[in-house]
Amino acid sequence: MTWIAKPRLHHPTLARNSLGYTRRDYEGKVSTLCAGCGHDSISAAIVQAFWLMDIAPHRVAKLSGIGCSSKTPDYFLGPAHGFNTVHGRMPSVLTGANLANRSLIYLGVSGDGDSASIGLGQFAHAIRRGVDMTYIVENNGVYGLTKGQFSATADPGSVSKKGVANTDGPLDLVGLALLLGASFVARGFAGDKAQLVPLVQAAISHKGSAIIDVISPCIAFNNHAGSTKSYDYVREHNEAVNQLDLVPSRNEITVDYAAGETVELAQHDGTFLRLHKLREDYDPHDRIGAMNYLHEHQARGEVVTGLLYVDPAAQDLHAGLETVETPLNLLSEAELCPGAAVLEHINSSLR
Amino acid sequence: MHPTDTSKPDHFHKVVDCQWACPAHTPVPEYIRLIAAGRYADAYMVNWHSNVFPGILGRTCDRPCEPACRRVRVETNNGNEAESVAICRLKRVAADHKGDIQARLPQRAAANGRRVACVGAGPASLTVARDLAHLGYQVSVFDRDPKAGGFMRTQVPRFRLPEEVIDEEIGYILGLGIQFHGGTPISSLRRLLSDGFDAIFVGSGAPRGRDLDLPGRREAAARIHIGIDWLASVSFGHVTSIGKRVIVLGGGNTAMDCCRSARRLGGTAVKVIVRSGYDEMKASPWEKEDAQHEGIPILNYLVPVEFEHEKGRLMAVRFRKVRPELDDRGARRLVPSGEPDQRIECDEAIIAVGQENSFPWIERDLGLAFDDGGLPVLDTATLQSSLPNVFFGGDAAFGPKNIIWAVAHGHEAAISMDRWMRGEDVRLRPPPRVHMTSQKMGIHEWSYDNDISPEPRRKVPWAAAELALKSIRVEVELGFDGSNAWKEAQRCLNCDVQTVFKRELCIECDACTDICPMDCITFTTNGDEADLRRQLRAPALNVRQDLYVSDSLRTGRVMVKDEDVCLHCGLCAERCPTGAWDMQKFLLELSRAAPDRESVEAGREIR
Repeated sequence: MTWIAKPRLHHPTLARNSLGYTRRDYEGKVSTLCAGCGHDSISAAIVQAFWLMDIAPHRVAKLSGIGCSSKTPDYFLGPAHGFNTVHGRMPSVLTGANLANRSLIYLGVSGDGDSASIGLGQFAHAIRRGVDMTYIVENNGVYGLTKGQFSATADPGSVSKKGVANTDGPLDLVGLALLLGASFVARGFAGDKAQLVPLVQAAISHKGSAIIDVISPCIAFNNHAGSTKSYDYVREHNEAVNQLDLVPSRNEITVDYAAGETVELAQHDGTFLRLHKLREDYDPHDRIGAMNYLHEHQARGEVVTGLLYVDPAAQDLHAGLETVETPLNLLSEAELCPGAAVLEHINSSLR
Repeated sequence: MHPTDTSKPDHFHKVVDCQWACPAHTPVPEYIRLIAAGRYADAYMVNWHSNVFPGILGRTCDRPCEPACRRVRVETNNGNEAESVAICRLKRVAADHKGDIQARLPQRAAANGRRVACVGAGPASLTVARDLAHLGYQVSVFDRDPKAGGFMRTQVPRFRLPEEVIDEEIGYILGLGIQFHGGTPISSLRRLLSDGFDAIFVGSGAPRGRDLDLPGRREAAARIHIGIDWLASVSFGHVTSIGKRVIVLGGGNTAMDCCRSARRLGGTAVKVIVRSGYDEMKASPWEKEDAQHEGIPILNYLVPVEFEHEKGRLMAVRFRKVRPELDDRGARRLVPSGEPDQRIECDEAIIAVGQENSFPWIERDLGLAFDDGGLPVLDTATLQSSLPNVFFGGDAAFGPKNIIWAVAHGHEAAISMDRWMRGEDVRLRPPPRVHMTSQKMGIHEWSYDNDISPEPRRKVPWAAAELALKSIRVEVELGFDGSNAWKEAQRCLNCDVQTVFKRELCIECDACTDICPMDCITFTTNGDEADLRRQLRAPALNVRQDLYVSDSLRTGRVMVKDEDVCLHCGLCAERCPTGAWDMQKFLLELSRAAPDRESVEAGREIR
């Protein structure tokens, strides 16, 4: 942390988005995390993504659990709605909030402890139900707040700061999300914002459960030689399958990629995901193929990153439940108590 | 781009915009911090060593530092009106509050047996005298006026610069054992040369005010004055009154001093009239504002064509109206607007349209070469003339400039003279010494106030107008008190506390990029300068400000920092997990006369 607040002064040419906001308007309080924390870089990517997408900060609900990662919503989108929930329970609270008011944009921020240990069940069920949300796991493989014990996502053989190797098997949140039916699955790296920002944008624009596992080096406890979640290790073993752009419409002029190297995916809101393929054989529409690819490369010690799977036509929880469009807090008494005749009609249909 | 070479002082020196812009390279942020700490005497001595006349300059400097101040660029498009730190007036605070500094002045050295003559007792000569006297040279200063000070005493009016301040600061210099010969005009360089001085410094200024040769000028001469001569007469008390209606011709700082002086000597309807447009006037913006504040209108685009008189008594000045026009090459010139001439009645007129050099006392057969413009031919670095034992400085060297340039010339000339008299190569200049000191005190603690003050620039309080206009000796500006000085000092961005980057420690975590409030820092693939400037987080459009580029990092990228609007808040260093960024104070110790030989040898490489 720092002892002074980040000065409000900004670059004289700082750009404004279509809402008239600068990127600085999407910041929060100054971070209290350790200097150099990967989580801060992710917060900066979130700030950038929401600014680029012209989303007013107060249209966002940010929810988190407990842990270093779960502190971060305080450091971005200051004017957004927020709920710092119980450890591992963010997905339930987010599900409830989403059911009550689907007009907000839901951003869940969690860590490997919060999601892969205490909150694993919550993580699974929110995905299984297809809650419309962006779920970012800031994954550093250790419990940073309790001084660096291995978390459930630590790779076997990874060495702790004290020199002890991990012997437990890892939980792979990307593999799990694919298995559980998430309609958008990606992996990013806190040290590569050029890749991460478009992933966050795409996840926000996706309707359904969008999971991004972001490898986020813990500077204090997991950034040494022998760690598999350090800046150096991830940079050396990063196997990016594609580079993504979110484009507002197909007419947008693009970088000149050679023919056959880009795919465009239409989304329900009229935007497009433009994928620049880095691996010719990788198909982000193939859930089974994605799982195989992931396992093969993981076995070689590689970290597969990029947009790994997307179903642009996915439905969310509300579609299954046939819930009302209007947020519950805007329903009037007339709509909530439609009268004795309607009650009689319902009752008679149930007899 | 190649990695920035920070082993040479220029990169970091340029970052300290105020110091870089100052001809004497005064370490401005250093003394502003001392003022904030209430260490006024220390702040004064930092100034005294560098610019010799802190109390005088704190009231009268042309302040090249202030337009250069980074605060102006930083505040642009950030809400408040963009204004520099009040650097000049903070300097005055140090002088006003310093107390007794006599004991801190250098000791007189034992005489080394060499004699130096300074012609003129203005700022350039006095600087030479100070720098050489404490090395043991026996310095004699000659001036046609009875008191020393030159321009500072004769042309700056007392309501801007009280006599006590001049006496005090000149006293510090003359107290070093300098012989001052007042009322002793030098009428022959040949005779001076024959007096056996080992070296001669000419700091005789630009003593001749330019005249306007117009109809009526000669006939009405009794009521038409040359600006600088009139100011000198006022200064020495020979002139104590003026007519009620006064026209001042000219748009420079001398014109501003003339009109404001006239206002105090009985001129109730004083006007400044300029040929050019208001914005093109040579006077500093604040001097124009001060004149207007005292109810003096400035009329522009009027070219004087005649002094109208009745039997030698000035009645009016007739002006031709002009307007600016751009010619084919885009150059601006003034053309008659075709409107009828304007006649402005007046009782007296003051001509303040510039000054010229004049060396009637230098015989042209001595071997001292002059150029076509009547200026001495000099080596611009050493200020040595074609007579190797004669050196020039101040307005006498390259035409009219200002006090702070005169001081800067004085320092350089003193180095040259010292080396010349010791038989050393004058062209070989001793290098400056640079100290870089980390300001880190704790994990998030720095030895300077790194929080950025959002305060707007503070105005210096003024004496009540009716009081100030009553007498030419009442100082208009009252100076900041301690609390206002502190608040103004806090606006300084501490640009001398440099962001120093160590490539080998960087792990490219982006923490500095993310925290930087001004988007100064970018990690990117290297390219040529134009290319890099475009691809930064905030395009670096101000090409006068350098980029700070690292060598290749582990990912093959480079760190590029645009120095333009850095707040020096130190957040990059606070957020850096590995100490790759550090905040280090850049202190430039400019060489003065008599450096040790070793550093001169080192200087050979730099040059």
